[in-house]
Amino acid sequence: MSTIELLTNKEYKYGFVTDIESDVIPKGLGEETVRLISEKKGEPEWMLEFRLKAYRQWLKMSEPKHWPNISYPEVDYQDIIYYSAPKQKATKKSLDEVDPELLRTFEKLGIPLNEQKQLANVAVDAVFDSVSVATTYKEKLKAHGVVFCSFTEAIKDYPDLVKKYLGSVVPVGDNYFAALNSAVFSDGSFVFVPKGVRCPMELSTYFRINNQESGQFERTLIVAEEGAHVSYLEGCTAPKFDKNQLHAAVVELVALDDAEIKYSTVQNWYAGDEEGKGGIYNFVTKRGACRGRNSKISWTQVETGSAITWKYPSCILQGDNSIGEFYSVALTNHAQQADTGTKMIHIGKNTRSTIVSKGISAGKSNNSYRGLVKVLPGAEGARNYTQCDSMLIGGRSGANTFPYIEVMNNSARVEHEATTSRISEEQLFYLQQRGISQEDAVSLIINGFCKDVFRELPMEFAVEAQRLLGLKLENSVG
Amino acid sequence: MLEIRDLHATVDGKEILRGINLTISKGEIHAIMGPNGSGKSTLAKILAGHPAYEVTKGEVLFEGRNLFELAPDERAREGVFLAFQYPVEVPGVSNAQFLRLAYNEKRKHLGEEELDPLEFKDLLAERAKVVEMDASLMSRSVNEGFSGGEKKRNEILQMAVLEPKLAVLDETDSGLDIDALRIVSEGVNKLRTPENAVVLVTHYQRLLNYIVPDHVHVLYKGRIVRTGGKELALELEEKGYDWIKEAAAGA
Repeated sequence: MSTIELLTNKEYKYGFVTDIESDVIPKGLGEETVRLISEKKGEPEWMLEFRLKAYRQWLKMSEPKHWPNISYPEVDYQDIIYYSAPKQKATKKSLDEVDPELLRTFEKLGIPLNEQKQLANVAVDAVFDSVSVATTYKEKLKAHGVVFCSFTEAIKDYPDLVKKYLGSVVPVGDNYFAALNSAVFSDGSFVFVPKGVRCPMELSTYFRINNQESGQFERTLIVAEEGAHVSYLEGCTAPKFDKNQLHAAVVELVALDDAEIKYSTVQNWYAGDEEGKGGIYNFVTKRGACRGRNSKISWTQVETGSAITWKYPSCILQGDNSIGEFYSVALTNHAQQADTGTKMIHIGKNTRSTIVSKGISAGKSNNSYRGLVKVLPGAEGARNYTQCDSMLIGGRSGANTFPYIEVMNNSARVEHEATTSRISEEQLFYLQQRGISQEDAVSLIINGFCKDVFRELPMEFAVEAQRLLGLKLENSVG
Repeated sequence: MLEIRDLHATVDGKEILRGINLTISKGEIHAIMGPNGSGKSTLAKILAGHPAYEVTKGEVLFEGRNLFELAPDERAREGVFLAFQYPVEVPGVSNAQFLRLAYNEKRKHLGEEELDPLEFKDLLAERAKVVEMDASLMSRSVNEGFSGGEKKRNEILQMAVLEPKLAVLDETDSGLDIDALRIVSEGVNKLRTPENAVVLVTHYQRLLNYIVPDHVHVLYKGRIVRTGGKELALELEEKGYDWIKEAAAGA
């Protein structure tokens, strides 16, 4: 009898569809689509120019299909709806004006938006398909000088800030998906923490894809001025559809002198069924620029969903003594594929980076870590520590590690450690012999394996992340 | 408490146990001895429900219940404990966290309130004295980086926390220096009650100087070929196993 055999996943509990009337533009992508989106959003000319420039570059680019360790059928970019917004009043004075169906949807997802029920000390921006439907605690944050709003509002209310920073970390032509996003992004979150301010609460955005035909292209921009601190978290879910949906987001972070940005992700997009039918293509560009001296950007990600994950949250360590961190748990089950990792670009003196990656592959899934550590000639005294651990569950899954190290300064110190392990029958038996059920035993072993990453998550979400991993692996061992 | 009747078992198609009969009553200590490969550890693992072994014939009753109908974790919650010959490491999971989870599973099973981390900490500190275990080992990952002796002591600590009805100690004495052997043995002795029973699986007589058995069984080629009192262990120590092998071959 083989103990470690893959069975089925726990039913994806976020797979429901909200029945709501939407403002949808026709399928397909062309210059007129880009103009239409911009018009729908009532954008100024400079924003349209930004989009068109991106679109024109995108036309000349090709999809990165060769180097990542993933495979999928051709994406038909003309078969996607690029804008889908629930119909509602253009300007909402309060949550009372938000469609109750939307409020119910988010409540069902565990994200209550009503003032009385809101998560204590966490402000939420709720994005549904292409648009932000509500942002909580906005006023309270404003009193501290912190701007937290939808991207659409940011373009209207803070055009100078948006103009200054948008595309400054991820240029429009950075890569195929970033260019696509820059052309058609419809909403997202904007955060601005002014000089010397420590953001008084956790900020978070919850992304929900509802429409079967639409892609989600959101944009997040977070700017922390000198000495500012902010911790931000994003969560994502989508209904179960047989068809694959494209999610191509861009996240840009800017940290000035002594500023600190902590960005955490708990990604639970629909992953497709056991055979790999359906699920989200999660092709995301996330990058942070440590522009100032002593600045710090820390990425923590728990990636459990999506049919395919292609993302490399990165840090450009430009300011002297700046610090970049990447803590990642990527779990793949069934037919999921993940090619994820980070890039740490050391430019300034005494810059430091830490990479801790934990990949868990179950089923017949494939999980690759891909990471670049680059030390430029001027990065005197740069240091990097990379630890890459893979865990295999069952005998049909795969794990790969692709580290790229480019060092152009002799004083730099770069360390790389990698391990591969398996949940062994002996480990399971040992825990079971102490009265712990098999499922709890698997979850205990996985949580132990991921401990170094979980402790980086904000308290409120660490518990959620542990629970999520447990759910994802339920019945994964037979 | 435990009744083993005509137990046959295989691993990878190879027959290891060929008809074991053994009855253990509460309050008793049984030692199972025998040369390498005689099936001692197999018997221990089968009682605990190791998935690699297949029972092909016979039955085992634990307090009147068919043990083979219970999954390993259910057996554990019912009070069957195996001290592993090679305790397993669980990186990232603290010893205290693991022990609390195991302890609370048992309490839930008995319909009792679970203990919160603070309450459990007190209980753990109390039980740790049984094996003179250092508090620093509680916050370390389960068995990770433990010395051989620490691992074995940790097994007995788990026994102290879980208070099993039937404890099977699989070569708990192997790899222990004389001080550790004394501590572990004293620990086991302290945990004895008239209500529980202990099975010691061992090669050597020296453990039995510390934990005195009521019955000694010699296992050879998957059968119990001789049973006696503690003096049988001394005889084995003196003469080795050859005479047992010869007697078995002659019979």
